[in-house]
Amino acid sequence: MDLGRREVRTGIRAGTAARLALAAVPAVFLALFFAYPVAAITARGLYDGGRWRPERIAAVLTDPDIAGVVWFTLWQAAASTVLTLLLALPGAYVMARLDFPGRRMLRAAVTVPFVLPTVVVGSAFLALLGRGGLLDQWWGVRLDTGVAAILLAHVFFNYAVVVRIVGGLWAQLDPRQEEAARVLGASRWTAWRTVTLPALVPSVAAAALMVFLFTFTSFGVVQILGGPRYATLEVEIYRQTAQLLDLPTAAVLTLLQFAAVAALMAFHSRLLRRRRTALGLVDAAGSARRPRGAGQRALLAGVLLQIAVLLLAPLAVLAERSLSGPDGYGLHHYRALGSADAAGGTFTVAPLEAVGNSLAYAATATAVALAVGVPAAVALTLRGPEGRAGRLLRGLDALLMLPLGTSAVTVGFGFLIALDAPPLDLRSSWILVPLAQALVGIPFVVRTLLPVLRAVDARLREAAAMLGASPPRVWREVDLPLVRRALLVAAGFAFAVSLGEFGATVFIARADAPTLPVAVARLLGRAGEASYGQAMALSTILMLLCAATLLALEGVRTDRSGEL
Amino acid sequence: MASLRLDGVTVGYGGRTALDAVDLDVAEHEIVCVLGPSGSGKSTLLRTVAGLTEPDSGRVLLAGRDQRGVPPHRRGVGLMFQDHQLFPTRDVGGNVAFGPRMRGEPRGEVQGRVAELLEMVGLPGAQKRPVSALSGGEQQRVALARALAPSPGLLMLDEPLGQLDRSLRERLVVELRQLFRRLGTTVLAVTHDQGEAFALADRVVVMEAGRIAQTGSPVDVWLSPASEFVARFLGFTNLAAAVVRGRSADTPWGAVPVPPGAPQGPCTVLVRPAGVRLADPGEGLPCTVTARTLRGGGSSEISLLLAPEDGPELEASCPLHTAPGPGTTVSAAFDAAEVVVLPAR
Repeated sequence: MDLGRREVRTGIRAGTAARLALAAVPAVFLALFFAYPVAAITARGLYDGGRWRPERIAAVLTDPDIAGVVWFTLWQAAASTVLTLLLALPGAYVMARLDFPGRRMLRAAVTVPFVLPTVVVGSAFLALLGRGGLLDQWWGVRLDTGVAAILLAHVFFNYAVVVRIVGGLWAQLDPRQEEAARVLGASRWTAWRTVTLPALVPSVAAAALMVFLFTFTSFGVVQILGGPRYATLEVEIYRQTAQLLDLPTAAVLTLLQFAAVAALMAFHSRLLRRRRTALGLVDAAGSARRPRGAGQRALLAGVLLQIAVLLLAPLAVLAERSLSGPDGYGLHHYRALGSADAAGGTFTVAPLEAVGNSLAYAATATAVALAVGVPAAVALTLRGPEGRAGRLLRGLDALLMLPLGTSAVTVGFGFLIALDAPPLDLRSSWILVPLAQALVGIPFVVRTLLPVLRAVDARLREAAAMLGASPPRVWREVDLPLVRRALLVAAGFAFAVSLGEFGATVFIARADAPTLPVAVARLLGRAGEASYGQAMALSTILMLLCAATLLALEGVRTDRSGEL
Repeated sequence: MASLRLDGVTVGYGGRTALDAVDLDVAEHEIVCVLGPSGSGKSTLLRTVAGLTEPDSGRVLLAGRDQRGVPPHRRGVGLMFQDHQLFPTRDVGGNVAFGPRMRGEPRGEVQGRVAELLEMVGLPGAQKRPVSALSGGEQQRVALARALAPSPGLLMLDEPLGQLDRSLRERLVVELRQLFRRLGTTVLAVTHDQGEAFALADRVVVMEAGRIAQTGSPVDVWLSPASEFVARFLGFTNLAAAVVRGRSADTPWGAVPVPPGAPQGPCTVLVRPAGVRLADPGEGLPCTVTARTLRGGGSSEISLLLAPEDGPELEASCPLHTAPGPGTTVSAAFDAAEVVVLPAR
């Protein structure tokens, strides 16, 4: 009954007060630990001598060096996006529509790079393409001085984004719709072009935007592979802040990146909204078929080869380099990580301690991300009277995504500048690192939980209310059991990204308590065979930690959990 | 058990009036069935009583108490949803135990009650079965046991048997009525299926576009629909504008005899199919048989579609062995006892 359905939408009306109270948790957190530090550092750069200096904006924007950085940021992001789509779309098709042994495992393996820290990816490509790398050793080919390495690393990173977003939808498209078109006289190609393609376009666009966003704000990969010649905005912000101490320029660049990202986000959320238009979706489990014919088998083989070369080879080489020392293979580098002076005094503590630090920080950051992200997701899914509160909540939705696109370097430096005075003097507190990492984790928590919470049938909640359950009880009894898996997935994502967070952590981690990515970067920054090998060893440890987290998640994840 | 009273209840949705000043009384132990097509507001009626939708105006009284501002979980009414809405993460026992558990009843008592209810709905010992493994009919029974478990003062059913196949539906509706009679439950059900409503209800309420079009016992409503809308909704098609003069009415089919005491003047005439008799040639209205349909469902009556030379088509019913084939020319005569005079359009 159509009327009945429409009524369901209004659901149980949660009090505006309850929704705003839930929304207050993320709002206060983001105001305190995101907006305030970013505003503080921006103001530090643009407010001088008792007045604002808007002329600095024009000065920076007309600087030819900066224009070069902006141009490079844009075109490498565009090129990375196109390349990723070209390489990953066949993969998305194969994972969505073809059924073959090991499909589940492969899908998990493909996702591993996405949660890998940029530092690890940088190291892996250095090991494959760089000086003394595998290609150098075999054929004398070095790609680390060109753009190719950066682009390949970006593809490596974002392959999973396309496979997850496009493939996830593709698997749920009802194959019978294409069959209906075939029965009506369309050829296989025409049926695909007229039925499947239009349904996929929004998700391809959404995936492309995500990839563009991630590569536009790329930091670790470019920092390690770009050398002195190539810098994205984010790398340039880091250089201006940390090396040149030119805060005004850094502030202008931060604003510039912020504006670009905000525009992209707005576009993305519009696309997402359009994606919700009714598509005939089915259970993904039933839509895959065994490959038929030479064409499909060749495609499958091609995709498997591509994944092996593009995604697995760099990781394998990374592990290989970590084991190879001057006297053959061994655990030499790993053992060296155990002492503070092995790396020639770069560290005041043994690099291996970074493992413990990282795990503790990431666990705390995960707890914080859940504590902030869960109330946010619940507030966004409770239905209530529209009006000002409703608009406020929609604003919150967008606000929650912003940390993903804001310069992590800015956030990190902002923490140091803004959170150093009472009542919020956290500069010397260990909690600073998990707080910064949680900022990156929150969007993942919210994006994972939102679709699952939205998919909970409002009438199930009503059924519970009719049986005497109060609203909080309804949440505990109905929503929680249904989102428990998604909560685990959200926690895992938050843990993995916290583990790998680099841009902000590099500023605020104390010298005597480095995290894994920071330690890796420090080792890579030093010359010498030994520290190179140790960097590879530490990267391998970090890779294994992230992969283990993700594979544990694959066990509990369902196809419906999350947009990521 | 509690009585229910609706007092001028109006509910609007986005500029549309879903319920328009509805007054309704349901006495204790009474089974009332609201009957109406899609969009007539019957689901809104249930949701308003349940507290899931707030009325724009008017009052809902349960056992004499105004329910304004009382949230759904404190109203003490049960609602069985159209598609059951069993909790997918709980087994059968967990679903049935949900209501008593919310009321904080001790575990031992709850288990006993669950076993008793499952026995009653014909699923003894099904506690540990996952709800995903249940057939439609079994889900239906579990949903019923779950709704009855907290002993609601008023039990509401939204299209209770809508998704089941016909034979199961006909069996279950009889079982339901017997069960409610035995428990003395006050029931308010909504359905678009007149067979279901007639089999279940003490009293039927027919709704049209947010208003109550007719209230009465199933037999009363069937015998004398209050309006053309009600008649058409009940499946009658032999309806025509007419003018009553004396003991007969002028209709497009010619003169049709009307029951004694029919109001004079313009009206709408309804002839039930049983009142269209096949007469000897030359005696009545000449018609051609255009279709012949076996009714089925335990009846050996044939439904005939007759096209007169003039006027709208007529539906007639006659026994299987005497039914003429399509294309045959027959004569139709009308039986005053099966004719109802309704208000003019």
